[in-house]
Amino acid sequence: MEYAILKLIWWVLVAVLMIGLMVMDGHDMGVGALSPFIGKTDSERRAAINSVAPHWDGNQVWFITGGGAVFAAWPLVYATSFSILYIAILAVLWTLFLRAPAFDYRSKIENPGWRTTWDWVLFVGSAVPPLLFGVAVGNVLLGVPFHFDNDMRLVSDAANPLFGFLGLLSPFALLCGLVSLCMTLAHGGVYLTLRTEGVMQVRAKKAAKIFSILAIVLFAIGGLMVGHINGYVATNLDPNGPSDPLLKTVEIVQGGWLHNYQQYPLTMLVPALGFIGLIMSLILNAKGKSGFAFIFSGIGMAGIILTAGISMFPFIMPSSSSPSSSLTAWDATSSQHTLLLMLVAALIFTPIVLTYTSWVYRIMRGKLTAAKIEENSKSMY
Amino acid sequence: MDTLVDLSRLQFAVTAMYHFIFVPLTLGMTWLLVIMETIYVMTGKEIYKDMTKFWGKLFGINFAIGVTTGLTMEFQFGTNWAYYSHYVGDIFGVPLAIEGLMAFFLESTFIGMFFFAWDRVSKKQHLLFTILVAIGSNLSALWILVANGWMQNPVGTVFNPVTMRMELDSFYSVLFNPVGQAKFFHTVCAGYVTASVFVLGISSYYLLKKQDLPFARRSFKIAAIFGLFATIAVIIMGDESGLQVYKAQPSKLAAIEGVWETEPAPAPWSLLALPDQEKRSNDFNIKIPYVGSLILHHDLQGSVKGVEEIVAENKQKIVNGQKTLIMLEEFRKNPHNQVLAQQIQADSADLGYGLLLKKYTSDIANATPEMIDEAAKSTVPHVLPLYYSFRLMVFLGASFFLLFALATWFSMGKKNLFESKSWFLKWSLFWIPTPWIACWSGWFVAEYGRQPWTIFGILPTHLSASSLTSGELIFSLTGFVVIYTLLAIIEIWLMVKYSKLGPSSLGTGKYHFERQA
Repeated sequence: MEYAILKLIWWVLVAVLMIGLMVMDGHDMGVGALSPFIGKTDSERRAAINSVAPHWDGNQVWFITGGGAVFAAWPLVYATSFSILYIAILAVLWTLFLRAPAFDYRSKIENPGWRTTWDWVLFVGSAVPPLLFGVAVGNVLLGVPFHFDNDMRLVSDAANPLFGFLGLLSPFALLCGLVSLCMTLAHGGVYLTLRTEGVMQVRAKKAAKIFSILAIVLFAIGGLMVGHINGYVATNLDPNGPSDPLLKTVEIVQGGWLHNYQQYPLTMLVPALGFIGLIMSLILNAKGKSGFAFIFSGIGMAGIILTAGISMFPFIMPSSSSPSSSLTAWDATSSQHTLLLMLVAALIFTPIVLTYTSWVYRIMRGKLTAAKIEENSKSMY
Repeated sequence: MDTLVDLSRLQFAVTAMYHFIFVPLTLGMTWLLVIMETIYVMTGKEIYKDMTKFWGKLFGINFAIGVTTGLTMEFQFGTNWAYYSHYVGDIFGVPLAIEGLMAFFLESTFIGMFFFAWDRVSKKQHLLFTILVAIGSNLSALWILVANGWMQNPVGTVFNPVTMRMELDSFYSVLFNPVGQAKFFHTVCAGYVTASVFVLGISSYYLLKKQDLPFARRSFKIAAIFGLFATIAVIIMGDESGLQVYKAQPSKLAAIEGVWETEPAPAPWSLLALPDQEKRSNDFNIKIPYVGSLILHHDLQGSVKGVEEIVAENKQKIVNGQKTLIMLEEFRKNPHNQVLAQQIQADSADLGYGLLLKKYTSDIANATPEMIDEAAKSTVPHVLPLYYSFRLMVFLGASFFLLFALATWFSMGKKNLFESKSWFLKWSLFWIPTPWIACWSGWFVAEYGRQPWTIFGILPTHLSASSLTSGELIFSLTGFVVIYTLLAIIEIWLMVKYSKLGPSSLGTGKYHFERQA
């Protein structure tokens, strides 16, 4: 298979993994972050937590597999993003650490103080990572300061890397973070509407409504802001060329991230999908069709994530300090051999994973109530 | 620069060692749970279901932190070893990604079913879930050890001067790398031993306390027999690993065995010595004749290569690598010279040895003979810590064999001899921490023994790290230590609490503390 085609397929596959991460791990993060508010009593909180108890761990593998796939398919992107955004990545990891013990240890001790503490630990572990994912995407859209030396050694050009973390929190990046957080909370709210009854369901519905509307509004503001920030445009970039990011020249152009939409108007369907998905989810959830609402909030998330990807395409990680060091889908991949091999692996295993994931969701389907939790107090989270 | 590399290594070592508290128990517990649940499905006796659930509970407390700390491992190559990730990601990323897709999804999806689907599916279907968890966790280990095996013995790869990295040449060679395969079996079997000691020790506690005896007896016997087979397998695979190490990494082997001057056939084996790195000899050395050849060659004809001979060979490799590196520098200035590119690729076998010189000078062409000598000397890791951690592992391995052989012996027949032997029960209980010490010693030998390389013979450790600041490293290392310590305290506290409570924690109303209440 032609190298350029493989590179394009891998851009799509990485996007699929990101969407998988946000749709799958996103709904259990949404549940984790909403559970202290939607559950007022201990049993209610447990009902919320147990709606994702059998699944959160499997869902988190989207994150791990995403990391592995980027390592294998885009080694330079893996190396650059994680080491240049070092402190931010640590913040993501450290907050993610909190989830497993919060889920697993919370209900192992009867003490109310112990349980409340873990509820808030779960809140932090579930709300901070999606916020930071968005902040990271926002910073990538703005460009990150790095360059490569002649041995292809990556050098950070950040003025003060340790405290520079605060510099990542620019208004645009924060906005992206909030879009990501709100869509995650909306998605989790819809999921809880689907899996609960009575008073909890009413609260979940309300949360889904508030955060869907917020996500729609913030996403629209983001769209308006993108026209005013700097985008990157590459010349003499050969899709079939070797993986050497130093061969191209790159210009910084205000509003450059809108070029793809101007050149190929059909791509505007992608941000439209973001809006349509969230709006449909909002309407359907209000009408009590939370199953379909869940599918549409997933579609909305896919639209929003792909919007970031398509705006930058072929850029993956632009460099603000040395634009020609920017990483793109054409010059930051692994070899043709590895891309092909990994494609075969993905084609074999992804359908298998999706099949058994839907099987286990089917087995565990149904409403969770405080009463059910109390019946099975020792065997549930 | 050197502080940064040292701090990065320390952070990797701390986080990897910590992660490996939870991994071996997971690897072995999953199979023990499969055995217990299989007996339940076959006999229909509820007590085996309770055993599966209770040991599953302890397994779950352990697994939560295993998942957590595994996150660090997946991302740390990128955060802290960026040049490594660039230089070998084309090969090294492959097993990591496949591990996620093929193994980790399987394990993590069905672990949820293991805990929460008891009442939703048939007995046999639930057993299938448990088996899938075991297969998933063990396959996960396979891919990780394929990746690690490749770091030790980097096969199936070529250097590409255009992209300045190693690229995949043969996936088949990477997958069926004999070093990776031997390490995989050795490591998973070590996990089975760990879990067996864990179950044996806690069951012994119940037997000593006369608490839930039928439950404890059955658990004890299963752990005894599984542990015995696992220990035998771990010893056989350890022997096989030794052979592979001798072929792939003679420098590591010479350090493990404290062999400075090549031992001609039939070579002895050093039982106890005091290696001195400065003097490059052992202060004293008790040798057992013939055993060295027997272990490393399985015959009496093989010699054992010593440090001095290895250093001399590597000196030549450094000189070869230096020449290739000079060509490479020329090529980077003139990247259209295809002839030169082909020449570099043809001569790239010792390129990694040339890179060792970068620790001493950036002007490779004018490296002094002293620098080359220094670099050659650095190709053999420090002998003393390797010599002793290897012997500690072997000693503990032998102790497990004795423990499980006796436990199995005492389990024979209907008399349950072990119940009355409180000295043995106490030994089993106090021996619980030792498999972890053995695992850590083994990993220390594997990883410290690979120095000065991250990828043996290809990429030196001092070039592999990210260009971070020491401040960032101190911040992150402190953070990891604080968070991991807190998690460890909570985990161990819960583990001890639930272990003491025993099957009474299941809430069935049938067990010790529930009957008293």
